[in-house]
Amino acid sequence: MEENILLSLLEKNARLEVKDLADILQESEDNILEKMSELEKEKVISGYHTVINWDKANVDKVSALIEVTCQPEREFGYDRIASMIYAYSEVETMYLMSGRSEFIVMVEGKTMQEISNFVGAKLACVDGVTGTSTNFVLKKYKSAGIVLDDEKDSADDRMIVTP
Amino acid sequence: MYEELLNKQVVDLKPSGIRKFFDLANTKKGVISLGVGEPDFATPWNICEAAIYSIKSKKTHYTANKGLPELRKEVSLYLKKQYDLDYSAEKNMIITVGGSEAIDLSLRAVLEKGDEVILLQPCYVAYEPAVLLAGGIPKFIELKSENEFKLTKEQLQAAITDKTKAIVLNFPSNPTGGVMTHEDYEPLIPIIKDHNLIVISDEIYAELCYDGKHCSPANFDEIKDLVILISGFSKAFAMTGWRLGYLCANETFIAHINKIHQYVIMSAPTAAQYGAIEGLRNGQKYVDEMVEQYKLRRNYIVSGFNRIGLKTHMPNGAFYIFPDIRKTGLTSVEFCERLLEEQNVACVPGSAFGNAGEGFIRVSYAYSIEEIKIAIEKIALFMEQFK
Repeated sequence: MEENILLSLLEKNARLEVKDLADILQESEDNILEKMSELEKEKVISGYHTVINWDKANVDKVSALIEVTCQPEREFGYDRIASMIYAYSEVETMYLMSGRSEFIVMVEGKTMQEISNFVGAKLACVDGVTGTSTNFVLKKYKSAGIVLDDEKDSADDRMIVTP
Repeated sequence: MYEELLNKQVVDLKPSGIRKFFDLANTKKGVISLGVGEPDFATPWNICEAAIYSIKSKKTHYTANKGLPELRKEVSLYLKKQYDLDYSAEKNMIITVGGSEAIDLSLRAVLEKGDEVILLQPCYVAYEPAVLLAGGIPKFIELKSENEFKLTKEQLQAAITDKTKAIVLNFPSNPTGGVMTHEDYEPLIPIIKDHNLIVISDEIYAELCYDGKHCSPANFDEIKDLVILISGFSKAFAMTGWRLGYLCANETFIAHINKIHQYVIMSAPTAAQYGAIEGLRNGQKYVDEMVEQYKLRRNYIVSGFNRIGLKTHMPNGAFYIFPDIRKTGLTSVEFCERLLEEQNVACVPGSAFGNAGEGFIRVSYAYSIEEIKIAIEKIALFMEQFK
C-alpha cells in the first residue's frame, strides 16, 4: 500500500471513511484499518484534528506567535527548556527555529490580557529563557492549507455540462 | 428565411448532443454534475501571476505568429523530456488558441473536397463538424468496450479506401478514458505508412496517464512526419479558459498550416503565452499533484460505479469513466434524462459522442472525492428501480 498517499488523504480529510479509503487506494478495508492502527501506534498519525475558523463561530479567541530566545544547556541543548514550555496547555504549537529566536511558540487564549499574563507570569520565567517577543494574530487567512473565508473563491463556476 | 442566406453546410450542422443536455440541465436548480469536461482545479497561481505580471509589464501586443520563441523553446524541451519527441521550436511548432484551433487548422490544411477522414467513435464532439466544415467526409470506426476502446489493425484496415486522407486519433480519449500503448500502436504503423495516412493526433490528455507513460504515434520514426501532434495547456495545467494549445508537425506542414493561422488568428493570446512559459518552467510539480489526485479519484469512482451495478472498466487516462448502462434497458439519453429528473445528477449520454457511445454514459471525475461520493449515492438510489 502507498502509505504516503494514505497519510496525505487523511491529512486533508480525516473524516474519509475506511471504505472510501479502500476504494481510493484499491485495497481491502481490513488492510486500511490495519495500516491506520499501525500508523497510530507508531505515532506517525499523532491525532485527528478539525480546521475551525473561530472568527466565524462567535467564540472569543486570541492567538499569538511568540518568539522566545533562550540559553541552551549543557547535556540537554534546547530540549529540556522546550519541555518546560510546551507542558503548558496554553501552548498550541511550538518549534525550534533557525534564525533570530530559538523558539516559536503559538499560544491561544480568550483575551489579549490572558495571553499577556501567560507570557509575563509563566513563559518569560522559565529557567533559561532570556527574552520574549509577542506578536498577536489580527486575522487568519489560511490554515492547514485551507483558505478561510473562501466562499466566493471555492464556488464551482464551471458550466454544468461541457464537452 | 435568413437561413437561406447562410452556408448550407453550416445550417445543416447538428447542434451537439452535449449542448442539448446542457440546456436541459441548466433549467434545474442544485444539480450535482459529473458532466464537466474540464479540471476542477484552479490554474496554479505561479502561472496566473506570471500572466498578470506580463500585462503589468505592458506585454500586451501580438506575438510572433507561431507564438513567443521562448514558449516554443519550452514546449520543445518539454516534449523531449516528457515523451522523447523531437520537435524544433523554430520549424515544427505553432502555438494555437487551444487544441481546438489546432484541430481546425489541421483539417483545413489537409483536406480537399470529398477526402475521407477516419474518426474513431465514441469521440470528442468537435471532430465531425470540423471535418465537414473543411469539406471532408467523416468515416467512422466504432471502438468496442471489449477492446477497452482501442483501435485494432483489422478495424483500421477495413476503414481505409482510396479516398482516405487522414485519421483523427485522441488518446487518452474523451469520452472513454481509453489509451493506446506502444504495443497497441505497433501493428497500425505499417498500415498508416503504406497508405500515407495523415495522423491528426489530439493528445490533450497526454499527461493524464495513470499506468505507464503516454505514447504518441509520433514516437514511431517511420510515420513521424505524417503525424500532426496536437496538445495544449487546458487539461494538464488546468488552463481551459486561457485557450492555449500547440500543434507540431514536419516543417512543410507547419509552413502551410501557419498561413491559415496567421490569416485567421494572428497569434495566440499574449498573456496566456507568458503564463504557459512559467507553467512549463516551474509548474511540473503542480501537474504531478493534480495527476495524482485524478488517479485516486479514478480508483474511487470506478469501484463505486461497479458496486452499484454499472459495469465500468478502469480507464488508464483522461478524467472520464464510461460506464455500461445497457442492463437498465434505457438508451443513454433516457438514462441521463431520468437520472437528472429523479436524482438531479447530470452525466453526459454516450450517444452524444456518436452511435458507438449508445449504451454508455460519460462520467467525469474532475470533482472532489466528497462530490463524487454524494453523486454515487444518488445514482445508487436511481439504480434501485432496475434491480
